[in-house]
Amino acid sequence: MNDNDLAVRVRGLVKRYPDKVAVAGVDLDIRHGEVFALLGPNGAGKTTTTEILEGYRRADEGDVRVLGIDPAHADRHWRARIGIVAQSSREEAELSVAELVQHFARYYPNPRDPDEVIASVGLEDKRKTRTRKLSGGQRRRLDVALGVIGNPDLLFLDEPTTGFDPEARRHFWTLIENLRTAGTTILLTTHYLDEAEHLADRVGVIADGRMLEVATPDTLGGRGARTARVSWLDADGAHEIRTDEPTAELARLMLRFDGEIPELQIRRPSLEDIYLDLIGAVDADALEGATR
Amino acid sequence: MSTTAPARPLPSAVQIGLSRIGLEVKQFFREKEQLLFTFFFPIIFLAIFSAVFSGTEFAQGVDAATYFTPGMIASGIFLTSFQSLAITIAMERDEDLLKRLRGTPMSPQSYFIGKIGLVLFTSVAQFGLLLAVAGLLLGVDLPSSADKWLHFLWIFVLGTASGSVLGIAFSGVPKSGKAASAVVTPVVLLLQFISGVYFVYSSLPAWMRAVSEVFPLKWLAQGMRSVFLPDGFEASEPGGSWQLGTGAIVLTLWLVVGLIVAQRVFRWTRRDAG
Repeated sequence: MNDNDLAVRVRGLVKRYPDKVAVAGVDLDIRHGEVFALLGPNGAGKTTTTEILEGYRRADEGDVRVLGIDPAHADRHWRARIGIVAQSSREEAELSVAELVQHFARYYPNPRDPDEVIASVGLEDKRKTRTRKLSGGQRRRLDVALGVIGNPDLLFLDEPTTGFDPEARRHFWTLIENLRTAGTTILLTTHYLDEAEHLADRVGVIADGRMLEVATPDTLGGRGARTARVSWLDADGAHEIRTDEPTAELARLMLRFDGEIPELQIRRPSLEDIYLDLIGAVDADALEGATR
Repeated sequence: MSTTAPARPLPSAVQIGLSRIGLEVKQFFREKEQLLFTFFFPIIFLAIFSAVFSGTEFAQGVDAATYFTPGMIASGIFLTSFQSLAITIAMERDEDLLKRLRGTPMSPQSYFIGKIGLVLFTSVAQFGLLLAVAGLLLGVDLPSSADKWLHFLWIFVLGTASGSVLGIAFSGVPKSGKAASAVVTPVVLLLQFISGVYFVYSSLPAWMRAVSEVFPLKWLAQGMRSVFLPDGFEASEPGGSWQLGTGAIVLTLWLVVGLIVAQRVFRWTRRDAG
């Protein structure tokens, strides 16, 4: 892959805080037009990494290129090409949705149409509502509207759907899919694995300041991670085995049991299971290190 | 790339700054707390003081309304500049609004153009309202000589400018947005009491006057008295003089100190944001 195809290119990123190493040598490539989800537990280094890419923090070591430029030295032209949806702000409470979106549009050389953006996040009915009166989910959708109003080439979405009800989340996913179709590159951090599975072309799992794995959602964890799990109950207690041949295993079990097999389950691990396995391995290592 | 449109130039910092002035002013007048405690406060106090001391005769036949008008004008300038900026910027920082703005192509200059525009707009509007109330309702004689108004102009500009930069600098002091009002308001209140806004300045104990001389509000109030009180009143001032030269120097010093400190301490993110 040519480096020119990359919207984000990170090599050996290190960030230290007085009390800990937040990012310990992360590499990251995000292609133009790709939706990349960054997953990881709280304190794993997700936010620090993202904020370095956004230009809020400076890297201690490593080479960081975002749209070809080191964000630590970014100018207004660079900022006009990115969009950031971070945490909600409770300020500007007395301004209406339309006033805010129209105002932010004036910051950019090539903004999208404010009314269109308001409609795309489903806030048409709230155009004249002061932001103080918006619900948490509506406020979040306004955050997204302000993040995309500048028509960014690269969009950062930091836990965009926290506090959404399931319907609002589905609605939001459609919005992101439309942005992707329009060619926007998106870096998404989220705690919801189904969201990453649904939206992301590739996911990266970060824990303890290190990138554990980068893969498409359906290949994360390698082939072995996707083997079926067959579980049942007998006089000795609960059993679970991993097998590539669940049907054969089931046939064997049917011969052993007379009639119903107690608590029988055959399942494929979800992305969430695989993710938990991945970061679980790190936690176990850390625990071992601590007790040694 | 998501856009095929030709690269258009960025809107200029001034253009965005002007648009921010509009937004800031709109917010200010919709915010009830700001409106009451920053904008109407000196006007309410002028009305109360002229009523309470209506029988009191000051030197040179000056009545209470006339004596307190310049103090309230000075106090109003300090509120719309120092107090307003110190509180709102602290809250905007704590609520991550500044961080959000920093993530857009808005330049820092535009933000400050917005704030300075807000201060100018609110302080001029407040001054106009104070004059109208004093002149029309309370029967205060307003100065008619061009000379006096020229004095007023430089004192007003120096006062708003130093109050603004000091407000920006002081916005870093409150540890959270919630604490902002509680930290800033007492400082302003204290200065008002020792600087001769609520009391006749010459009646204050000498040590208190000595303390107030360090701070800008005393000089702002004295400067305003030189504009709005009759010339003969000068003799009743503590030094027997309006001390305009000294006032100009002290206010300019605070302006310079404020500028330097504001540039050093101003930040777009919260302190705990690393």
